[in-house]
Amino acid sequence: MSLRQQAVALGTLSRKEYHRVVRIWGQTILPPVINMALYFVIFGNLIGSRIGRMDGFDYRQYIAPGLIMMAVITNAYGNVVSSFFSAKINRHLEEMLVAPMSNVTIVLGHMVGGMIRGVLVGLAVTLVALFFTPLPFAHPFITLSVFLMCAAIFSLGGLINGIVAKNFDDVSIIPSFVLQPLIYLGGVFYSISLLPELAQQVSRLNPILYLVNAFRFGMLGVSDVPIGFAWAMMLASLAVLFATCVLLLQRGYRIRE
Amino acid sequence: MHALSVRQLTKVYANGVRAIDGIDLEVPRGDFCALLGPNGAGKTSLIGIVTSLVRKTSGEVRVFGHDLDTEASAVKASIGVVPQEINLNLWDKVGNIVVNQAGFYGLPPARARQRAEVCLKQLQLWDKRDETARTLSGGMKRRLMIARALMHEPRLLILDEPTAGVDIEIRRSMWEFLRALNGAGTTIILTTHYLEEAENLCRNIAIIDRGRVIERGPMTEVLAKLNEEVFLLTPRQPVDVPPSLAGFEVRLNGPQELEVAMPRARSVNDLFAALSAAGIEILSLRNKANRLEELFLALTERKGEAAPPAGRARP
Ligand SMILES: Nc1ncnc2c1ncn2[C@@H]1O[C@H](COP(=O)(O)OP(=O)(O)OP(=O)(O)O)[C@@H](O)[C@H]1O
Ligand SMILES: [Mg+2]
Repeated sequence: MSLRQQAVALGTLSRKEYHRVVRIWGQTILPPVINMALYFVIFGNLIGSRIGRMDGFDYRQYIAPGLIMMAVITNAYGNVVSSFFSAKINRHLEEMLVAPMSNVTIVLGHMVGGMIRGVLVGLAVTLVALFFTPLPFAHPFITLSVFLMCAAIFSLGGLINGIVAKNFDDVSIIPSFVLQPLIYLGGVFYSISLLPELAQQVSRLNPILYLVNAFRFGMLGVSDVPIGFAWAMMLASLAVLFATCVLLLQRGYRIRE
Repeated sequence: MHALSVRQLTKVYANGVRAIDGIDLEVPRGDFCALLGPNGAGKTSLIGIVTSLVRKTSGEVRVFGHDLDTEASAVKASIGVVPQEINLNLWDKVGNIVVNQAGFYGLPPARARQRAEVCLKQLQLWDKRDETARTLSGGMKRRLMIARALMHEPRLLILDEPTAGVDIEIRRSMWEFLRALNGAGTTIILTTHYLEEAENLCRNIAIIDRGRVIERGPMTEVLAKLNEEVFLLTPRQPVDVPPSLAGFEVRLNGPQELEVAMPRARSVNDLFAALSAAGIEILSLRNKANRLEELFLALTERKGEAAPPAGRARP
């Protein structure tokens, strides 16, 4: 199949995912928006006023980037894992497997689908955040690149989960037992400089810390981690995850008997 | 060049089941070929391998000369497949399902929409285009899968039991449709449990059993084989040359055993008359056990589904 035809297939898959996200917006866009508003009301207004300033910022302002990242991560991941896994279980994944679209196209299409959801949700929750607190967008390029890379990374993560999953438990285990704790402990609500030395060292092993801080650096101009390192790490994870997805599809792992 | 050529194909599933056990099969271009065989024979596994849904264990598959191992994309592009089990996204709209499938084959959106109209109209689903697949009846879902398989105008259409669970009227209209499609040049392979269906539609037939092709050839020849009964005879005196008996095929398995193929239209009396005329006295006679025969009976004795055609009823 020619490159132009692969592009058509990619467009088809991305459009299909986009329509799915928009069609069931009550399940895809609305919940994170409500969550976001609740976080701001509870942690920002009720508790935040007692916490005072963090790294020189109003607490609401401080947690906004992390909360946005959290929404992007869980939604990009959740979109791809559920869409791929349900296609696998209901067997309409076969529509793609019998077609001459390449494995790279299949991976890209799902990645774009997850990114669309991540970006739409991210924009929506950013608007909610702006309703509660001003955000300076100190480094627009960093903000945008981290935003997009984060959506892409977790879309690919969700895809791997969807490929490997054998049942519905496998679909929910990673998000609730791995992703959620890492996000909460990844400096969304606090600066790790508040932690004892050992806890700081352990925190530095959490990859999500780098995402959250890089994004906070983009928005507010402060970070607990070196920004160049965080950025390079994201790029590297993107490459490794992408290659893993393509390899799994190539091998037909848990997809082709 | 054949539409499909399969050599020494084997498939052993992870659980150790040897579903395909050395299949050789060639389907010429333009052919209409039936794969017939009982449950678990390996038909779906064979189709799975050809359509890239199942990985082969060993052997070679070529589609219009393209090797599945090295030119998978060309192989996939020339095949349309209608699976045995419904594999539609039931929450998606009929129109989207076929348009997206075309997109996966690289058809630009405008062309995909054109094809969607053609295919859905051909299968009487055009007025359902805005409904979700879930609301279709079983027969309609099957037709939708056929429409989906035809979107990219494949040169080879493979249907895995397309008429299972479809009422007789729709079955006949599907037959009409497939015949016309084949007439227009599409090579068609279908699997079925119904001998009647194969007889009605197909030029060639391959009978698959336990992962092997046990009989293969033009429909008429295979039917003729099914249409004869084979006896093993023990003569009183040893025989050294097979006697020629008019209307019977005779082989010598040894000096004490004659093998005679008798068309079902003739009677055993005719056979003995011919033997007496040849001066051969027979001590005993038995039926030769024949797997093809057993299969044939199994395939035709499914009540109400496919009555054996006239002239083939057992005496
Ligand atoms: N995914 C699988 N894993 C393990 N064994 C399998 C798998 N799929 C099929 N088999 C086995 O392979 C053999 C052939 O099955 P297959 O589905 O190819 O038969 P079939 O001829 O299509 O039968 P039917 O007429 O019932 O559709 C059977 O013994 C079946 O149990
Ligand atoms: Mg089958």
